[in-house]
Amino acid sequence: MAKRELQEINAGSMADIAFLLLIFFLVTTTMDTDTGIARKLPPMPEHQEKQENKVKERNVFIVLINKNDQLLVEGKPTKINQLREKTKEFIVNPLNKEDLPEKKTIDVPYFGQYQVTKGIISLQNDRGTSYKSYIQVQNELAAAINELRDNLAMQKFGKKYEDLPEDQADAIQKIYPMAISEAEPKNVGG
Amino acid sequence: MSKFKRGTKKGVGAINTASLPDIVFMLLFFFMVTTVMKETTLKVNITLPGATQIKKLEKKSLVSFIYIGEPTRAYQSLYGTTPRIQLNDAFAKVDDIRDFISSERDAMDENDKALMTVSLKVDQNTKMGIVTDVKQALRKSNALKINYSTRKDDSFLK
Repeated sequence: MAKRELQEINAGSMADIAFLLLIFFLVTTTMDTDTGIARKLPPMPEHQEKQENKVKERNVFIVLINKNDQLLVEGKPTKINQLREKTKEFIVNPLNKEDLPEKKTIDVPYFGQYQVTKGIISLQNDRGTSYKSYIQVQNELAAAINELRDNLAMQKFGKKYEDLPEDQADAIQKIYPMAISEAEPKNVGG
Repeated sequence: MSKFKRGTKKGVGAINTASLPDIVFMLLFFFMVTTVMKETTLKVNITLPGATQIKKLEKKSLVSFIYIGEPTRAYQSLYGTTPRIQLNDAFAKVDDIRDFISSERDAMDENDKALMTVSLKVDQNTKMGIVTDVKQALRKSNALKINYSTRKDDSFLK
């Protein structure tokens, strides 16, 4: 008796099975990557003593948000869409105004002697402020600094800030630091 | 002697589908590799706030998540509607954050510990009080790199 040949397995349904699995993974896959605003918290002070930083009033850009989500910028009520321009004006101080921050001259690679602002942004919020408007304010402050960085990067290197190599990006960071300070939370109620 | 053949219709031969499984398998493997299965089930409702200056969160293994928001309907009878913190799969208090951070940190490689990022996924209608408390707790446990999770949206500027 002749040996029976092994019959070939019918692979016709292979495609169907693979399709089924494919569709399952297609449906369950979520391609969205997490995005967000990155921030660095200041370390907790070692001693609970109050250290009074002597910063001149003209060098501080005070942004307050109250519990009704209203903005008070440098003592004036402001709308969220004006914040970006105001911040930029504060940081650049193009006309060297008396009430806008001082500048100090430091040595920056690629730029040489450069006048850098001494200004810092101080952000304070109430416990009743909504997270949404807090993020909007954070976003506008970051946007102001990012726009300034982009402009400078375009001028000097002809590229966007994001596309710069590390050492050039560092130079620009020295000129426009992300100097946002958040006040220690106070329990004032409300 | 016409140039055009008439009659004898030549049917288009069946397309060879032998390579179809290969193609499908290729796609299948691609999706299998890229798929990230959801690890936690959310017990709080979160609508992320909109922002424009956003960065991608890279290296998922270095990121821990803290969720804050109103409990979902199933838990509202138990916990009410005041915003709560969720760590991993359970509701938590502000005091639990320290333990959470240290256990997350222990699970990491020695080299990665400095790069640990905490992503705050907070509902946009939450009040800042609870967020401030969480931030203070993070500062106390020395987890200083944070990321406010947002989605891309610029409608608030108009």
